[in-house]
Amino acid sequence: MVMAVLRRLGQTLFVLVGISVLVFLVFFATPGADPTARIAGRNASPETMARVRVEYGFDRPLPVQYARMMEKLFVTRDLTSYVNRGQKVVPEILEAAPVTVSLVSGAAVIWVVLSVVMGVIAAALRGSWVDRGLMMLGLVGISIPVFWLGQVVNLVTQSRYHESWLFSWVPGLGYVPLTEDPLGWFRALALPWLTLAVLFVGIYSRVLRADLVAVQSEDFMRTARAKGLSPARVLLVHGLRTSMITFVSLFGLDFAQLVGGGALLTEVVFGLQGVGRLTYQALSNLDLPLIMATVMYSAVFVVIANAVVDMLYLLLDPRVRDGR
Amino acid sequence: MLLVVRDLTVALPIGGRLVPIVESVSFTLGAREILGIVGESGSGKSVTSLAIMGLIDVPGARVSGSVRFRGRELVGLAPRAYRALRGREIAMIFQDPMTAFTPVYTVGRQIDEQIRVHQKISRADARSRTVRLLGDMGVPDPERVAGRYPHQLSGGLRQRAMIAMALSCNPALLIADEPTTALDVTVQAQILDLLRGLRREYGSSVLLITHDMGVVAETCDRTLVLYSGLVAERGPTGALFAQPGHPYTAALLDSIPPLHGPRPARLPSIPGSPPAPAERPAGCPFAPRCAYAHEACAVRPALVASGVQDVACVLPAEGRPLPPRFVAEMSA
Repeated sequence: MVMAVLRRLGQTLFVLVGISVLVFLVFFATPGADPTARIAGRNASPETMARVRVEYGFDRPLPVQYARMMEKLFVTRDLTSYVNRGQKVVPEILEAAPVTVSLVSGAAVIWVVLSVVMGVIAAALRGSWVDRGLMMLGLVGISIPVFWLGQVVNLVTQSRYHESWLFSWVPGLGYVPLTEDPLGWFRALALPWLTLAVLFVGIYSRVLRADLVAVQSEDFMRTARAKGLSPARVLLVHGLRTSMITFVSLFGLDFAQLVGGGALLTEVVFGLQGVGRLTYQALSNLDLPLIMATVMYSAVFVVIANAVVDMLYLLLDPRVRDGR
Repeated sequence: MLLVVRDLTVALPIGGRLVPIVESVSFTLGAREILGIVGESGSGKSVTSLAIMGLIDVPGARVSGSVRFRGRELVGLAPRAYRALRGREIAMIFQDPMTAFTPVYTVGRQIDEQIRVHQKISRADARSRTVRLLGDMGVPDPERVAGRYPHQLSGGLRQRAMIAMALSCNPALLIADEPTTALDVTVQAQILDLLRGLRREYGSSVLLITHDMGVVAETCDRTLVLYSGLVAERGPTGALFAQPGHPYTAALLDSIPPLHGPRPARLPSIPGSPPAPAERPAGCPFAPRCAYAHEACAVRPALVASGVQDVACVLPAEGRPLPPRFVAEMSA
């Protein structure tokens, strides 16, 4: 077990290095494009160009350039944006990360709880109108574009009905740090959470229901019933526990993808200064250092989340523990 | 009688209509008796056993007839009452021990679970009983095995654990659905030994479902031969092997390699395959494959007494029963 964990950590490190090399090559070693000009900005003086070239080592071989870049990202952390001159990129991301993490974690709690409840009820009442209704609801959730839903939520809670008793608690758009005002944090994020969760509740409840229905025909479920267990116990203790394996791997990927900046639309609609929004700005301004940094950040999250999922596998499935 | 099954019919919805998979099956099982149910795949053996367990959960399925267990009618029993019975008084072991345990829990935990569902005892007491049972089933180092996951055990150990789980609440009736099919031959013999010992040590009756006539000969007091969901023949195993009354039984016996005499170049087999339940002929279902088929077989034969057996065939009544077989090995 310890060996398996260590091995997995080693792989994670290896993959991270690989990704950083890849990202570096894509942005700074694309043939025919001079990264110096892009980093220095439009109409830069020859002196600036020369300074940038020396600073980033663009006059030296690629491995040195790579080492410089990694040093700027992780050690000195003084990679600077060229659109907003003097703006340091790494602190900017570190400032945006808690916003995104707050948004995604809250939404994740909602979507996991709701989808497990919906999936289990639908599977238990398979074929009934409850099952059909819940799955239809899930499909509706999947089909609603998140930016549209966010806009509608804003329209309803921010302007038209803001004064009504129902929505008067909703604060203006924006983020309130948890450490400053926990209640304010909760109120500011409640609606973004729900909005972001809708899509995933739909997907996850449908996936879980399908898994639970498939597991019903397994031999061990028949054994469990032959033991005289109640239907609820058979479904929850034997069925759900086994079906959680797919659920967790799906969750790891989605969660990482969102924390890495995938919640961009929700962040933009609700005015949250998160990583997704930062990426969006960097892309629209072609802010190369910022893009580089956000991509690295997102890759780190996806890879780490994958490692965490694999560790969870070890807990969930004893067969994986033995490497079978 | 511990178990009296009368006219058990199980109909499943196939292609929009109810098709009887098992039709009018009747048999009895006494205390400490081992009854073998034999037949090819699709003959309705497993469906019969699942019907007794109340585990047929296909939507729209219909179970009719009567299953009396200790005088209590099981057909139509309320789910809650059935649950209290399952695992406690009637237990079942399944064909494939590889897949019959939930993969994510230890074997011991799954046995504890069954004990604790039926009896109010502490976790520690349940575990000590689990360990004792595993030991009784010939599992070496039962304490360690109880803490292992199913995939970490060999097939034989898993089937022993399965039997230990089935016996954990001292059931009066154990239904074993092809318990040795997925195992190595040497392990098969050990498991059969174990099953035979159960009636002595636990006082259990066993309903042994198998397609293997050799297993029947070794293990069962009485035998029920099913063909296409219908009873072909039933009677004491020795008599049935010595003088089969139904051509199907005879054909099954012919397909066992003989222990004595010259070795046949090729074992006789039964031509054709059994009819699907939906296409079962109106007359004798075996007639299309039977060497003795004649016009009387167009009417479905009733089960009639022939010697000590009951046979669903017209031959004994017509005064020309099948010849007795030479079965030297049975006298042992």
